[in-house]
Amino acid sequence: MNTTAQTRTGYSWKKPAFIANPALRWALIIGVLAYVWWALSSLPFDWDRIQQGIPRAMRIFKGAFPPSFTRGGLLFDGFMESIKIAIVSTLLGLALSVPIAFASARNLAPRWLYIIGRGAIIVARSFHPVIVAIIFVKAVGFGPLAGILTLTVYSIGFVAKMLAERIEEIEWGQVEAIRSAGGGTLVTLLYAVIPQIMPRQIGLSIYQLDSNLRASAIVGIVGAGGIGSTLLNAFGRYDYDFALAITLCIIGVILVSEAISGRIRRNLW
Amino acid sequence: MVATTQKTGPDAIALREWSKYSTKDRWTRFGLTALVALALVWSLSTINIIWPWLWDAPKQMGDLFARMFPPSLDGWHDIAITLLETVNIATIATFFAVFLSLPVALIAAQNTTPNKFTLWLGRFILVSSRSVNTIIWALLFVAVFGPGVLAGILAIIFRSLGFLGKLLGEAIEEIDRAPIEALEAVGASRFKILIYGVIPQVMPTFFAVSILRWDINLRESTVLGLVGAGGIGIILQGAIDTFAWQTVATILLAIIGLVIIGEAVAAYLRKKVI
Repeated sequence: MNTTAQTRTGYSWKKPAFIANPALRWALIIGVLAYVWWALSSLPFDWDRIQQGIPRAMRIFKGAFPPSFTRGGLLFDGFMESIKIAIVSTLLGLALSVPIAFASARNLAPRWLYIIGRGAIIVARSFHPVIVAIIFVKAVGFGPLAGILTLTVYSIGFVAKMLAERIEEIEWGQVEAIRSAGGGTLVTLLYAVIPQIMPRQIGLSIYQLDSNLRASAIVGIVGAGGIGSTLLNAFGRYDYDFALAITLCIIGVILVSEAISGRIRRNLW
Repeated sequence: MVATTQKTGPDAIALREWSKYSTKDRWTRFGLTALVALALVWSLSTINIIWPWLWDAPKQMGDLFARMFPPSLDGWHDIAITLLETVNIATIATFFAVFLSLPVALIAAQNTTPNKFTLWLGRFILVSSRSVNTIIWALLFVAVFGPGVLAGILAIIFRSLGFLGKLLGEAIEEIDRAPIEALEAVGASRFKILIYGVIPQVMPTFFAVSILRWDINLRESTVLGLVGAGGIGIILQGAIDTFAWQTVATILLAIIGLVIIGEAVAAYLRKKVI
C-alpha cells in the first residue's frame, strides 16, 4: 500500500521531528548522551559493595516481612508527635507569612520593605528542610522543638511566596474605593485586600498542613522529632519489620490527609 | 439601632445595617476558630518541648552564626567536586526517571491503559513512589547497596517516577481524541497510535515537567549525603560532626548558589521549550 502511494506521488510521508533543525537535533542528542556517559563514569560507584546488594536486598525483604506492629505504642507516639509538630508549625508559619506576604507584594509595599520581604522568602526557600532542621537541632537541641521551627521556616517559604503572588493580582478598584472613602492602611488591608485573598489563603493553609505532615516525617531523620526519628532508629537497629510497618503507616497517613485536604480544597473553589 | 427592630416593609430594607457576615457565617467562623485553637492548645500542652531551650534559641543561633563567620575557603576543592557530583546525581536520575515514567504514565492514564489491571498497577506505582520521601528511599537503598552515589541516584529515580508519571498521565488523559481516531480509522497498530497520536501531543508537557522535576531533584540531592547517599550532603555532615562551622558556612553558601543557578537554568529552559 505504501509502495503504491509512493509510486503514484513520488513522495512518502514522514513524521516531522520535534526539533526541526537536524544539526541542532543531533547535537542535542549526542550532547545529552555524552553528558550521561561522562557523568556516570565520573561518579564514584563502589561496585564491590553494590554487587552484594542483591543478596542483601533479599535479606532485608525477608527481615521486613511480615511488617511488625508489636511496638504499636512507639509507632502511635511518633505519629502523634508528627501531627502536633505539623499543627503548631503550620499555625506559626501562617501567622508569620501573612505580614511577610504583604511586605513582599510589589503593589502594596514600598520598595525597601519589598526587598526585605522577598529576601526573607528567598532565604526560607533556598534550603531543603532537612538542612534547616540540622541547624535548629544544633541551636535548640534534639526533639520536636527543632522540628517545629524547621517546618515554620518551610511554611513561610511556600505560603508567603504564593500569597504574595495572589496579592499582586488583586483587583485594585476595591483598594481605591476604601482609600477614597478615607480608610487607613489597616482598614484598606482588612476590607479591600484580605477578602480578595482569603480563598487562596485557606487553600494554602490546608495544603501546607498536609505538606508539613509529610515533611515532619523526614526532619526526624536528623533528630528533629516525630515519626522520622522512630524510623531512623528502626533502620539503625536493623529492625526492618518495624521499619516497614512505620513506612506503611506513613503512606497510609499521607494518603488519608491528601484525600481530606483535596476534598476541602475542591469544595472551596 | 432602633430602626433595625422594624422587621418588614420597605423601611426595613432601607434601614438595615450592612454587616460583613450573616449569622450562619459568624457561627461557622467561630466554630472553626475554636477548633483551630483547641488543636493548638492540645498540641502545645502535650508535645515534649523543653521551653528553656526555646528561650535560649536566639542566643544559641547567634553563637552558631558567629562561629560560622567568616566562611572558610580551606576545603573549596572538595566542595567543588561534591557539588558537581550533586548536579550529576540529580541530572542522571532525572534522565532515567523521565524514560521510566513514560510507560508508567501510559498505563496509569485511563485512555491509554490496556486494561483494568494495568490501570491499577500504574496507579499503585505512582502512589507508592510519591508517598515515600526521597530521604526514606535513600535510607532503603543505602541499606541495600551501601553508602554511595548509586543509592542516591536510585532514591531520586524512585521518587521522581511518581511525580513525572502522575503529571504526564494527566496530560495524556487530556489529549485530543481526533488524531487517535484518525489513526484508528486507517488501521494503525496500538504501538503506532502511541508513537504518532499520543506522544507528539504530550511532548511539550513532557519537557516542562522534566525540567521542573530536575529543579526539585537538585534541591533533594543536596541532602542525600546526610543518610550516606552521595553528593554534597556527605561533606556537610562531616563538617557538622567535626564542628568545622566555617566550612559549614561555605558549604551552605555553595548550596544556595547551586539552587539559585539551578532555578535560573530551569526558568531559561522552560522559556525555550514552551
